[in-house]
Amino acid sequence: MFLYALKRLIYVLPVAIGVSMVCFMLVHIAPGDPLISVLPPDASTELREQMRRAYGFDRPLPVQYLLWLMNVFQGNLGTSIATGRAVSEELSKAVGNTLMLSVMATLIGFVLGCLFGFVAGYFRDTWIDKLASFISVIGVSVPHYWLGMVLVIVFSVQLGWLPATGAGPGGSGAWVWDWEHVKFLILPAVTMSVIPMGIVSRTVRALVADILSQEFVQGLRAKGLLDTGVLRHIVKNAAPTALAVMGLQLGYLLGGSILIETVFSWPGTGFLLGQAIFQRDIPLLQGVILVLAMFFVFLNLAVDVMQSALDPRVQRS
Amino acid sequence: MTAMDLIRAPAPLAPVERSPGYWALVLKRLSRDKVAMLALLVIVLLVLAAIFAPYIAPADPYKSSMLRRLRPIGTPGYPLGADELGRDMLTRLIYGARLSLLMGITPVFIAFAIGSTIGVAAGYIGGAFNTVVMRTIDVFYAFPSVLLAIALSGALGAGIFSGLLSLTIVFIPPIARIAESVTTQVRKIDYVEAARASGAPGFTIVRVHVLGNVLGPIFVYATSLISVSMILASGLSFLGLGVKPPEPEWGLMLNTLRNAIYVAPWVAALPGAMIFMTSIAFNLLSDGLRSAMDIKA
Repeated sequence: MFLYALKRLIYVLPVAIGVSMVCFMLVHIAPGDPLISVLPPDASTELREQMRRAYGFDRPLPVQYLLWLMNVFQGNLGTSIATGRAVSEELSKAVGNTLMLSVMATLIGFVLGCLFGFVAGYFRDTWIDKLASFISVIGVSVPHYWLGMVLVIVFSVQLGWLPATGAGPGGSGAWVWDWEHVKFLILPAVTMSVIPMGIVSRTVRALVADILSQEFVQGLRAKGLLDTGVLRHIVKNAAPTALAVMGLQLGYLLGGSILIETVFSWPGTGFLLGQAIFQRDIPLLQGVILVLAMFFVFLNLAVDVMQSALDPRVQRS
Repeated sequence: MTAMDLIRAPAPLAPVERSPGYWALVLKRLSRDKVAMLALLVIVLLVLAAIFAPYIAPADPYKSSMLRRLRPIGTPGYPLGADELGRDMLTRLIYGARLSLLMGITPVFIAFAIGSTIGVAAGYIGGAFNTVVMRTIDVFYAFPSVLLAIALSGALGAGIFSGLLSLTIVFIPPIARIAESVTTQVRKIDYVEAARASGAPGFTIVRVHVLGNVLGPIFVYATSLISVSMILASGLSFLGLGVKPPEPEWGLMLNTLRNAIYVAPWVAALPGAMIFMTSIAFNLLSDGLRSAMDIKA
């Protein structure tokens, strides 16, 4: 178990270094002079050269990368061009909001996905299965940013039940778990939960159908075990994979929250990313992408190790 | 009459009947799948609408009118309403199919070509070459797809080309990974070994023995990506990346109509419904193709 975790960690490190390189290169594939936003347009060539040296742009790329990496390890992700604040400071406020939204959405999606998937797998090839499978196809095919808009139209514009945008009454205050705040969370979380719902339900359906067709289930039934008893065995066999899929989905939601956060003006990392794109604030873009991608890489690692702890068969493959 | 004679006696000539090939069988099975056929019909109609947009669209997609802004669905002369600049929605939705389909489908096809080349080469050559190539692919695979697409096109800036480029880069790693794993499996099969033992050059083995076996599964996987690609491509335009105004494109239209949800809510939701319809059609067709080809997982 420990050895497997160590092996996985050693495998992940080069990937993490590669990911950091890609993030580093983002500044350099951006068209135009990276200094264009800090320099006045009529800056002399002398000043330009001076700034290039001050920012380290005159050094060879590998040296620049190592310097940047050292800064990152010290928690220095650079400075936002638009606000002048440290990128890490902007991020720390946003990460909590995105985490709350994504965890909520993953939980809703997981519960519904398990339910639909289980029912579909248990009654496979009946109309119940077809209906549940159709719901999961909708879940993976719907453009979620559009679904968010439709929900806003129905529940905010037409019915007036829930607020359309923001994260709490009166702008950005501290989050409290009361109805006044939670009602801001409902629409974005439900919108976001559609993707994990579809994927979890597909996975669970396949798992349940597969387990039910195995001989040990027939054996249990032959022994006279009731349906509830068989159910316990199915859950035990399907849980590790279903939980792993849920973990990965959380990672995808964290990284892909930008579209939903834009629709609901949810003040998280995705919203920050949207601002960075809009203002062409490349340091901010780079910092947010780096943190989200690293989070995804290490979440994958954690899910892998956890799955192998729950289900030792995984290690062998 | 001896047993020997019986065997030698010429059998009555049965009419020669060739067994249908694998692909004919797949097509036959697919054509019996009602859901997949309906999905195909939707896609064909959308493609036809995109090609013949100038002939079927009732108005000019760029002609705006400040007096007729945000007309609701069913207004005379504006069957699907008018957008925030008074342009006919029906016309813009029809024209929108052009860029939206182009931006959604092209990246997957380019990524299919590049990704399967990389994957088959890595899988067939193996060894250190495989390690280097696949570990590089792993780096890009380590990003959530939405994040990578936004990172690349965010850095490159808005525009059709940068949108296409970033989406292509997003879809190469998953296709290359599938191609590599299928090729590695096929390479170990005995007849490939036999071909190599009989001295066939590597290129011929890949062309004759490997590609025929691996391209099918890779292609089916690639078709399942089209739906994701449609959502992502329109998503980029929705964020202000990708296609720039005033071009009609569904994601961009959704973006510019977002502020209108209090005035003309259902007009504002229309472009998204088109994206949804296209994406679900591609998903169902891909599912049908998968079960017609009997590919598991």
